[in-house]
Amino acid sequence: MTLTPPGTPTEPPRDTPPGSPPIDPSGQATGSSTRLAPTTVAPSPRSERYRARVQEIVAQYPNPHSAILPLAHLAQDTDNWLSPEAMEEIADACHTTAADVFGVCSFYTMFKQRPCGRLVVSVCTNVTCLVLGGPELYEHLEHRYATDPDVFVEEVECLAACDRAPLMQVNYDYHGHVTHESAETIVEEYKSGVRAARGVSGGKSEL
Amino acid sequence: MSDETPAPPPRQSPSGREPAAREAPAQPTRSMPQASGGGVEVRETRIISRRVREFPEDSYTIDRALADGAYDTWREVLRRADVQWVHDEVKTSGLRGRGGANFPTAVKWESLQPDVWPRYLVINADEGEPSTFKDRLLLEGDPHALIEGVCIEAYRMSSNKAFIYIRGEMALAADRVTQAVADARSKGFVGTNILGSGFDLDIVVHRGAGAYICGEESGLIESLEGKRGMPRIKPPLPIHVGVYGKPTVVNNVETLCTIVQIMQMSGAEYAKLGVNRSTGTRLVAISGHVEKPGVYELELGMTFRDIIYDIAGGIRGGKKLKFFLPGGASFQWLIDKPEHLDQTYDIDDISAKLGTTLGSGAVMVYDEDTDPLMVAWRLAKFYSHESCGKCTPCREGTGWLEKVLYRMSHGQGRPDDMDALLDISAGISPDVMRAPFTQTTICPLGPSPVSAVASLQKWFRPEVDAACNRGNVRTRIEVNA
Repeated sequence: MTLTPPGTPTEPPRDTPPGSPPIDPSGQATGSSTRLAPTTVAPSPRSERYRARVQEIVAQYPNPHSAILPLAHLAQDTDNWLSPEAMEEIADACHTTAADVFGVCSFYTMFKQRPCGRLVVSVCTNVTCLVLGGPELYEHLEHRYATDPDVFVEEVECLAACDRAPLMQVNYDYHGHVTHESAETIVEEYKSGVRAARGVSGGKSEL
Repeated sequence: MSDETPAPPPRQSPSGREPAAREAPAQPTRSMPQASGGGVEVRETRIISRRVREFPEDSYTIDRALADGAYDTWREVLRRADVQWVHDEVKTSGLRGRGGANFPTAVKWESLQPDVWPRYLVINADEGEPSTFKDRLLLEGDPHALIEGVCIEAYRMSSNKAFIYIRGEMALAADRVTQAVADARSKGFVGTNILGSGFDLDIVVHRGAGAYICGEESGLIESLEGKRGMPRIKPPLPIHVGVYGKPTVVNNVETLCTIVQIMQMSGAEYAKLGVNRSTGTRLVAISGHVEKPGVYELELGMTFRDIIYDIAGGIRGGKKLKFFLPGGASFQWLIDKPEHLDQTYDIDDISAKLGTTLGSGAVMVYDEDTDPLMVAWRLAKFYSHESCGKCTPCREGTGWLEKVLYRMSHGQGRPDDMDALLDISAGISPDVMRAPFTQTTICPLGPSPVSAVASLQKWFRPEVDAACNRGNVRTRIEVNA
């Protein structure tokens, strides 16, 4: 069973920030920006530990179909994106079809159906951050990392820490009260490994 | 306001200067307000947030929680082995669900069909309403209180399986709750034959993946079943047909943490807190242009003036208040008027008098420099993005609201735009200005941005008209021009 290559469907991925380049059917980002890597990155082969973890997750639920979301998180933490191959794996583990898994996963904004680098920087621009500098922070970071293949900057809805606005998350770790400069410093520290980052789905890799 | 149950006599609201010092309840509460520091702490009534505030460093660890008396209530419940006792205490306390709908918790339990098995308990920790961040405090700071609450409630409803559905973006909260479940299991508070009682309980921590609509209980159930989180048509209610078609109770995190405290201090003592039929305390998340934004545990019955000017320290930079959202993003706004500021924080009173609700327990405050159109646009954008697409009025309507509000808030408004907004809104929520809202959709997401439109119409119509009459856009677009 095969899936439509991500990026090609009629519906653009919901995590695409405004102004990001259009995607052509080969999955390559067009235009001058190289922010998205080609979609031909094959997922790494699964380790014994990974397979054991999959079994453990599926066994938690009375119905294996419930394991789709947790397994998608696991695959994304390991591969840095949710590939068609990973969705087929999930389908097998959950006794369903790859199309079903694709349909479910495309509903949720956290699942990136294209490679998005090692770091997902989520900047809140919802109402409290709106009046306290969120949109400006988003524009700054988006511009700064537009060509960085490691860093994907996205605009997100309320992250539930409005007392620390303006706010961003790097791989789902909170950083509040940030300025343009301190936000950049934090991202750089994650890039260089001074700070330990979670997986791109907010969990731990189970390679 | 329904009056089928006799309301306790109205009590003096605990506003005024007097710190919530009341006739000290018989014994239990180490939880009475601790005067630790400035004026703010004195006015808080810390019951469910006490452990988090007293031990901010390690309140989430099993050692600290056990040293602080966690799971004592759970032991007592198992020792007495009396389901009715749990039920009666919660019923006496008058506890109403803290997720936003304010439905009495004990009444929900009573609707469970007696002989259908298995049945499931689902904890809604998918906190996604803009500017609501109270549950995260408990999830990250006091997961053992949540788990103790889950145990007690599962025991009451005889469920052997509980799911904690945590919002995907709250990675730290998911880590801490997962760890807490593992620790509780290793100490024997969760698992099979708990503390020799013969009662089994398995708790599964399930992470969402970024969809606001999964905070709606039937959307959450769909998502938990591994589907797109689209709300179901009700009836049947989840209490009858829920996860995997089985009876399911869905409760908010704060509700469960409160149940533990109710069992500890007795329902009657808890019912002494609060006003009228709004008993107890609530976590209130205050954000926006205030000096001290944050989560505060407040006894119900304070006024908004106390909350904004006292608890949250007033408006930033000495500016004036322009408007505030009293209950999260989905309900009508209030403005800087004495009758709005002096409104008590009382679930029934505010809807009877002002046609809005306390919703999810968030208060958003905006100063005089804020453009209400920008706020309305951003809310509409949020709802448009988060609409699941199941019902046409919401899928199409929220998008149109967003587009029209975008041009209005970005200097491209047209003179008849406000009327266009009202017209679109009427398709989603007939009788636009009415509160509580009517709806043409399955769930209340569609009508939520309509509250913002109604608020613009009610309080800011002259300002909106001025913004849309700057003359830089033609009134009508000639289709064949």
